[in-house]
Order: sequence, then C-alpha cells, then structure tokens
Amino acid sequence: MIAIIDYDAGNLTSVARAINHLGFKCLITNDTKEIKNANRIIFPGVGAAGSAMESIKRLDLDKAIKDALLSGKPILGICLGTQIIMDYSEENDTKCIGIIGGKVLSFRFDNKRENISWLKIPHMGWNSVMLQIKHFVLSGLKDNDEFYFVHGYYPAPEDNSHIIGTTVHGISFASIIGYNNIIATQFHPEKSGKPGLSILKNFCVWEPC
Amino acid sequence: MLSKRIIPCLDVREGKTTKGIKFKNNVDIGDPVEMARYYYESGADEIVFYDITASSEKRNIMIDVVRRVAETIFIPFSVGGGIRNHEDMRNVLLAGAEKVSVNSAAVNNPDIISKGAEAFGKQCIVLGMDVKYVGKSENIPSGYEIVINGGRTPMGIDALNWAIEAEKLGAGEICLNSIDADGTCEGYELMLTSLISENVTIPVIASGGAGKPEHLFDVLTKGKADAALIASMVHYGTYTVSEIKSYLDKKGVKVRNSW
Repeated sequence: MIAIIDYDAGNLTSVARAINHLGFKCLITNDTKEIKNANRIIFPGVGAAGSAMESIKRLDLDKAIKDALLSGKPILGICLGTQIIMDYSEENDTKCIGIIGGKVLSFRFDNKRENISWLKIPHMGWNSVMLQIKHFVLSGLKDNDEFYFVHGYYPAPEDNSHIIGTTVHGISFASIIGYNNIIATQFHPEKSGKPGLSILKNFCVWEPC
Repeated sequence: MLSKRIIPCLDVREGKTTKGIKFKNNVDIGDPVEMARYYYESGADEIVFYDITASSEKRNIMIDVVRRVAETIFIPFSVGGGIRNHEDMRNVLLAGAEKVSVNSAAVNNPDIISKGAEAFGKQCIVLGMDVKYVGKSENIPSGYEIVINGGRTPMGIDALNWAIEAEKLGAGEICLNSIDADGTCEGYELMLTSLISENVTIPVIASGGAGKPEHLFDVLTKGKADAALIASMVHYGTYTVSEIKSYLDKKGVKVRNSW
C-alpha cells in the first residue's frame, strides 16, 4: 500500500487518481500508524509553507517522515512536499522538516531591468528538466520531455550531490532532489501527462538499494 | 525556459459540449470527456471548460463531468462559468479541476478572489476578464473597459486597473478575453494583451480571435501572452493542436513538443 500523506495542503485526489490509473493502490491519510505500515510514501501538497508546517507538527507527521526515511522505504515528495523537507523556507519564514540540507528561496526578478524575456511569478506551466544524475525513477524519460510546474519558491540544496535534476526559469534551480530512498520533484508528475505518469509508475516499483 | 501553453476551450451545456469536434474520420463528438481525451492526446497543454448551463439546478451535472475528466486526462484543466461563491469553487476543485475561473462574480464581489486564494491557494484562482475597447477617458484611462454577463453589461471599470487589483487580491493567472476580437477568427487583440501582460507579474492567457496559427505566433510574441486559448480553429478540425505547435516551434516559439 502507498500512503499519500494528507496535511491539509491542497487537493490530494489528483495524485491518488493518477496512482489508481496506473493500477496501484493508495490511501490518503494523516494517521502516523498507517504511514508506518505503508510500504511507500508520497508527500505532496500545494499551498504555503507556514500553515503546512503547522499542520505537520500538529499531526506529528515530521517524525513519521523522518522514521520512513530511516526505514528505507521509498518516499516521493511533490511540489510543496519537496520544499517542506528542506531545512528552512523563505515563505512565511518557516523552519521545515530538514531531511535535505538547504533553504527554499523565492524567485525574484526585476523585469524592468532584466532585458531578457518577461519572467512571470509564479513559475507556471511546462518546462524541461536537465538530469544531473541517472536515477531509476527517471528511467525512460526523453531529453525533450516537459513537466508541469506551479510555484513561486524553489529548493536550493546545500549539497550538490542532492540535486538530481535542474530547470531554468530566469535562473537554474533544483527541480528534482533527493538521496538514498527519497526523491522529490518541484513539478507535478500527476499533471505532467505521460512523462509524469512514467515517473509515478517507476516510483511505485522502485527498490532503493 | 517555460513553454508557451496552447489551451483548447470547451463550452459545456448540461453535460454536453455545445460544438462537437470533427475527428479525422469526421465523427462529431459532443462528449466533453472524450473531447478532453482527444486534446490531451494531441498535445494540449491544458484545457479550459466553460459551463454555460443556464439553470442552476442542472449545474451539478458539470461536477460529474469534471470528475470523469479528472480520471481521464493527466494535465491541468480549469473550470469556469457559474462560479458564484466559495462553495462552487470547492466543489469544482474537489472533483479534480486544477483551477477555477471567476469572471462576473469577481467584478461584483472582489472578495471571492482573496477568499478563494486563501482557502485553496493562488495557483487555483484564474481571473477571467471580458474586455471591450471604448476609447480613453477619465474613468477608463487605458481605453479598455470591463464588461460582464457575457459581454452585455459594461461596468465602467478600467481593464488594466482591474487586472492589477486582481493580482493584489490573489489571482494566480488572468484569462483575458477581447470581446472585440472574439468570434472574428481574425487574430487576438495584441495591444490589449501586451498592455495587461506587461503590467502584472502573473501569467496571462490570451483569448478571442484565433483563426490560424499565425495569430498564436503574434499573441505569444508581440502580445507577450504566456498562453493562448483556442476554440473553433481546432473544434472543426481545421487545425490540430499538434500542427499549431509544430508551426510555432519552427518559428522559434518554445512549445512543449513531446507528449
């Protein structure tokens, strides 16, 4: 069973629908016992870091995620879920779970000064990912595959070896991060058509060594 | 670098699209779920549904459509039309839409934007704007006026000011429809689109007037739009989304061309 962690951060049904479409079973839950019993964990979410961390602490989910990481079971972070596993987020000046070292920073562009194409915030729409590290979950992707993003903040891991993929929006930022049994995407694989579904499908059978 | 988005728009009345699409084999299909699947598979980056059901008792038919679309396609889609309050927003989002679009209701009650953004996140809230050129005046300094009720009621509100205000209230995106260009198939309103797009930081979807791929090229370059809405040019089989994208790609516009 795959546990999709519910911490009151947005609509999680689209992740569940994609997993079901791929023929896997999942459960949307905030119960730490169910998370412990699950053999895979998805940590999604949209919304703001501040209120998300409040719910996570209230529900004791930070400990559940740290335990899952230590237990070695595969964990997938998505969007806000990818940011909240860092140490700290500039959004609402929030101390986060801290299983990947580094900060979550805000996009800042001075469009009047930067004589490049007009950069919008949030970074919303389809963009490509340059893979920095070969990874089982990303196997089968093509170079020109694109993914659906919607975010105003991005993760900046301290350790370069935690950066699995990068994307350019004004600057180059880490759009896939992780190590050992955790992988986390800033984009939404559940809304990224076939390449996104391929990531989810790979995740559902991934056996990290 | 972000790709420019190409977004087919479907009008749905009581659970059926009002204009069927003709597939290559010339079969007319009026089922919004099947049309969504067709556009998903032919490279649409997103899909917009407008519920034009007149009677409010029959509105829940749309919720069922949204649920079935969400089980069928795995790209973002938004739903607009008849969204009057927080509850309407919640129903559409819980049924599986990525975004909800508000138009007349937001002009009458701007709070719906801020309340929606607070409850569901800014990225969910699209402001739909219907705009008409009326000439510059003291009340309408940009020359573009907001009209509501499907273009029938002028509001005396300046379109540029309203776009800036809506961004402050928490709109995550603007879908900008030119009443003057709508239905002409002669091209988008480029002046209006670049004016709005350059004065907000949120993405702008251009709408109204698309008839051929050149029109999309113009609005995504000169018009500075982030995305372009299309309807009849693809519904009647004149072009496919994939043909439009390969045209734009050859002209140097970045589009998603693998799906």
